[in-house]
Amino acid sequence: MRVVALWSEMAKDGAAKLSKNVLRMKFMQRGLDAELKQQLEEEEKRIVSDEHWSLDLPELTAKEGDLERSCVPCEDLVYGRMSFSSFNPEVEVNFYEMKRKSVSRMETDITDEEMARRYESLVESMRKKFAKKRNRSTIAKSEEDVNCNVDDNQHKKVFLKPQD
Amino acid sequence: MDTIHACFKDKIGEVLLPGDVFSFRLPESGDGSIKTDKIICGPGLRRNGEEVQVCKSGILRHKQPNMYWIDSQQRRYVPAKGESVIGIVTAKSGDIFKVDVGGSEQASLSYLAFEGATKRNRPNVQVGDLVYGQFTIANKDMEPELVCIDSCGRANGMGVFGADGLLFKLSLGLVRRLLAPQSEIVKDLEKIFPFELVVGMNGRVWVKAKTVQQTLIVTSLLESCENMTSQQRQTLFKRVAEGSL
Repeated sequence: MRVVALWSEMAKDGAAKLSKNVLRMKFMQRGLDAELKQQLEEEEKRIVSDEHWSLDLPELTAKEGDLERSCVPCEDLVYGRMSFSSFNPEVEVNFYEMKRKSVSRMETDITDEEMARRYESLVESMRKKFAKKRNRSTIAKSEEDVNCNVDDNQHKKVFLKPQD
Repeated sequence: MDTIHACFKDKIGEVLLPGDVFSFRLPESGDGSIKTDKIICGPGLRRNGEEVQVCKSGILRHKQPNMYWIDSQQRRYVPAKGESVIGIVTAKSGDIFKVDVGGSEQASLSYLAFEGATKRNRPNVQVGDLVYGQFTIANKDMEPELVCIDSCGRANGMGVFGADGLLFKLSLGLVRRLLAPQSEIVKDLEKIFPFELVVGMNGRVWVKAKTVQQTLIVTSLLESCENMTSQQRQTLFKRVAEGSL
């Protein structure tokens, strides 16, 4: 704090000012406000981004784009390491796996609806498992209720002070 | 959108020469910006604003929905990002290996780009070994870089291989035919006898079979497949299969 006070005094005098790098050090920043800190940070960012070179021509990038140099995606080429009739079992297993992955990705997955159904039942069972004994009956009741009526007759039991 | 594809449609399957130009007028949009339509130009085509120019001679191919490329034939390999190649380690300097991939420059392969490699645990790679790896950087301005792991950090079959076997060179077109999804050459070959095959996109192929003679048979079959029709190839393979039995 003393250093900061000294600094502001010296600056007012017009005597030798502290350099910017010293001012950026941690112990000089502690005395500053949050606003001043933000201002300093923004200035720094501006300086840094000014120094970066960039092409200001969106048309130029649009013209050249979308060039595919490799023919692997064009012709859907398969993995290059193959083995036949179990000559090298590891390679063969790997090869068939890569082939299977590239050919059929959607067939091994389950459909979205099935996933939603399973997730629902999973959530229910987890809730029941971790519910306290008192709440388990309410959960059973709310499951049977097809209309899902929100019934608030089961208030949480609080300690009642005896009225004396 | 329709005009662009219509320009290409009649030329699909035809032989084109370098210098052929497809130009299409993009419709005038309200704000005047250049609306780039999503056409992906594969190897052999170059996009130049409103025009698409052909750089290599070959047959124009199309893949749904919007990919076009030129199917050409050459023997000299040009490294491209994402392709898997077979390289020969030529030098070991500090942290990287220099690998010869058949291009204009040697590729560099860092020793950390192997599965399970750390600074203490260096991979066992010697000069003269064969490596199967993928390009991460491959453009005309920089030295190409290889890695032997995929993006998850697993080797996936890449790395040093080949204690025995034979390495030979094929043309790039034949290599692409071998790696096609339903390759007939591969299907015919596997009926003959069990063997192991590693195909690099730079035209290099490595074969290993049980005996030296079988290895040589597979090699010569592959080399002769270049200029044969599928009929001739099948008769040849049948003869070999009967002969070897």
